[in-house]
Order: sequence, then C-alpha cells, then structure tokens
Amino acid sequence: MRHIISPTDLNLTELDELLNLSEDIIKDPAKYSDACYRKKLATLFYEPSTRTRLSFEAAMLNLGGSILGFSSGDASSASKGESVADTIRVISSYADICAIRHPKEGAPYVASLHSSIPVINAGDGGHNHPTQTFTDLLTIKNLKGRFDNLTVGFCGDLKFGRTVHSLIGALSRYKNVKFVLISPDELKIPSYIKEETLDAQNIPYKEVRSLESAIPELDILYMTRVQKERFFNEEDYIRLKDTYILTSRKMALAKEDMLVLHPLPRVNEIATEVDEDPRAVYFKQAEYGVYVRMALIILLLRECEGRPKC
Amino acid sequence: MLNIGILKQGIVIDHIKVGGAMKIYTYLDLENLDCSVAIIKNARSNKMGRKDIIKIEGTLNGINIDILGVLDHKITINIIDNGEIIEKKNPKLPDYVDNVLKCKNPRCITSVENVPHSFKLTDREKGTYRCIYCEQSSK
Repeated sequence: MRHIISPTDLNLTELDELLNLSEDIIKDPAKYSDACYRKKLATLFYEPSTRTRLSFEAAMLNLGGSILGFSSGDASSASKGESVADTIRVISSYADICAIRHPKEGAPYVASLHSSIPVINAGDGGHNHPTQTFTDLLTIKNLKGRFDNLTVGFCGDLKFGRTVHSLIGALSRYKNVKFVLISPDELKIPSYIKEETLDAQNIPYKEVRSLESAIPELDILYMTRVQKERFFNEEDYIRLKDTYILTSRKMALAKEDMLVLHPLPRVNEIATEVDEDPRAVYFKQAEYGVYVRMALIILLLRECEGRPKC
Repeated sequence: MLNIGILKQGIVIDHIKVGGAMKIYTYLDLENLDCSVAIIKNARSNKMGRKDIIKIEGTLNGINIDILGVLDHKITINIIDNGEIIEKKNPKLPDYVDNVLKCKNPRCITSVENVPHSFKLTDREKGTYRCIYCEQSSK
C-alpha cells in the first residue's frame, strides 16, 4: 500500500508525473470530473485547518468522489482516548483513501502502519506537510518555469515551519539551488536540516536576520507565519510574531520577476498592500493546491486498482 | 587514577562519555545483578580527556553489545579472564532499534500514544539515531 507521509516519498520521476498530471487537470478539469466516481475520501483532521481540509474535499468532489470525516480531534473518538491506530483501522473499512492532519509529529506515519487504504499526511505538527510542498512545487513550476538555478529565501518561522523544512528537502534535489534563511535567532532552521540536508549535499545557504538586505538577490521569497500553536510560551510568541512584515517598500527592492509564496493563512507578515503586486502569488498558490491534491488522489487510487484491501 | 582493583573475570565497559555511565548501568539493570559492579566517573583518559568506566565482576549473559553502542557509540568492551583482557569488542551500530532510546520531543506522537519508541541510524560516524515518527535526534 502506497502512502505519502513525507514529500520525498515521491522520487523525482513520480514527482514529475504528479506535476504533469496536475497541469493536465488545470488545462481540462472536465476530463477528470468522474475520475474517482464512487470513491470516498476520509479527511481526519485532529486540528483546525481551512485550506488544507477544504482543498482536499474540493479535490475529491471535483473528481466525482465523496467525502467523510471530522474537522477537530474533539469531534472524533480521539476525545474518548481512541488511538490513531484504532481509528485508521476502522476508517479503512469506510473509505478508499484518507488525508490525516494531527498536532503530534509522526501520527500519519503511525496511521500508515495500520491502514489498508492510502494515507496522505495533511500536516503533522511542525514536521511534514507533503501536499503543501507539492503545491509549492506546482506553483514554482507553473510561474517560474524551472526548479534549478534558483535562489530561494525563506523568511519567518523556520524552526517550526514544516512547509519550509519540506520544501527545502524537495528543492535540494535540483541543481544549483541556493537558500537564504531569514529568521530571528530563536526561530532558526533546526540544525539537523542544515547538517543532514544542506551540508551533506554541499548546498549553498546562508542564515541572515535582515529581509531588506536579502530580498534583492532572491528569485523566490517564501514567507511564513509565526505559528502561535507551536509555542508553549505565549510571551515568546508575542515577542516574535511581527519580526518580519513584507511591505510594498520592501518589494521595491526585489527583482521584477521574484515570486512571493506563502502557505497561508497570512496574519501580519505580509501587508495587504502587497496583494496587488503581480509578484504576490500566494492566492494562486492556494488554487494550485486543489489541482495537485486531485492529481495525488488519482495516482494513489490508481495504484490500488484491482488490489483488495489487506 | 582511582584504582578499583583488578578483575579476575568479568567485563569492563570503557570509554564511556563522561556522565553516561548511569544510563548504561540502568539499561543493563546492574542494580539487580548479584555481583560486584564498580562505576568510575570522570576518570582521566588520554583519548577522551575524561571518561566513565563500568567494571562488572563475573559474566553477563545475553548482553547485546551493539545495543550498548546505541547508548554510547564510542564505548569499548573488554572481556577479562584470569585477570587478562582476552577480547576487545567495539559495538556495531544496528540500523534500527526499538525501545532502547526514548523520544524526548513533546510534540512527537510517542508522547501521547502507546507506540514503540523506534529509532533509525542516520549518521553512523556520529552515532546519530532519529525517531522514526518525528525524526528528532536522540541526542
């Protein structure tokens, strides 16, 4: 049974297949409107989400399938103490594929060990968020046209930002990619990503504090929110939350073809005045999220065809 | 160096990182062993500067030396017979271990659910193990 727990669960060939299928769906969505007829997607969301859950559900509905699930841990038997393993064993008999979001890191992997349907990690704590990474890659592919020869800046919460960790891992597989890591000291990228992903592959990167000084060299600026839910101490959150605010004045320092991505939701880190800038593509990025999830559902269910649930 | 006497027959676990002896003592459950055990902490070492040592009298059946390497990958195990070192062993780190290390990440699924604490070796040189669920390092 094929599961998607980490972005690197797809090799580069499979990733190309996913992105090509996504692009075909963008060109002619009607062609896929019955691709998952009579198939059911379970969305098991143990913590709140707007975009991810609704984009998974929109994706399945666009494919002619059905959806079931819950949108918070309180609304499931988890509130009674049921384990992830038991929940997924039961859901496996109700649905054909599932997307799981959980505040605890590794929960989707635990689910995959006990599931007889494909499990897609829809975000586990500060760890992985593969479908956001696929969304980011589809956005870059469509709007930038390449993955190699890029200088990519990540700004904000690089410590708990799972989308950042995942995208660095995914882009590290392409040639001549450089990273500029912009964060306060308290939210620097974890050392294991530097040592085991960047240093291990001799990928150039630098850690800086100033967005203004870094922005002129960037091809892509990936902004992130400082996530309140990842802090044990609210004082730290309040102190750090507005460290970086992207404004039109800062955008004036950037290249004319730089793209601004953000996994959303946005709070204060991008001033709303930037929304009108054609380089701000985060709402387009959210739209691509539906297409890439449609493609992923199709590919995973295609692999299950003719195979009985085990 | 403090001298604890010569072992006639037994095992010396040497080159333990300073402060690490109790972790190995606890893992081997030496507290409940019916023989003499000496723990030497902060011993001088040419190789390491300072080190811990554990000396155990008698034989220890069923010890998985490689598992001890998971706790401290630089240790050396000397088997003593008739007061002589008859064998020196260095642990070979296993690729995966279950329930030897404990994940300390409060955000990991292991902190709330009853799942085995499983780790995989990600850097043999540094002896780094990572939780298979959240990828947090054991160190």
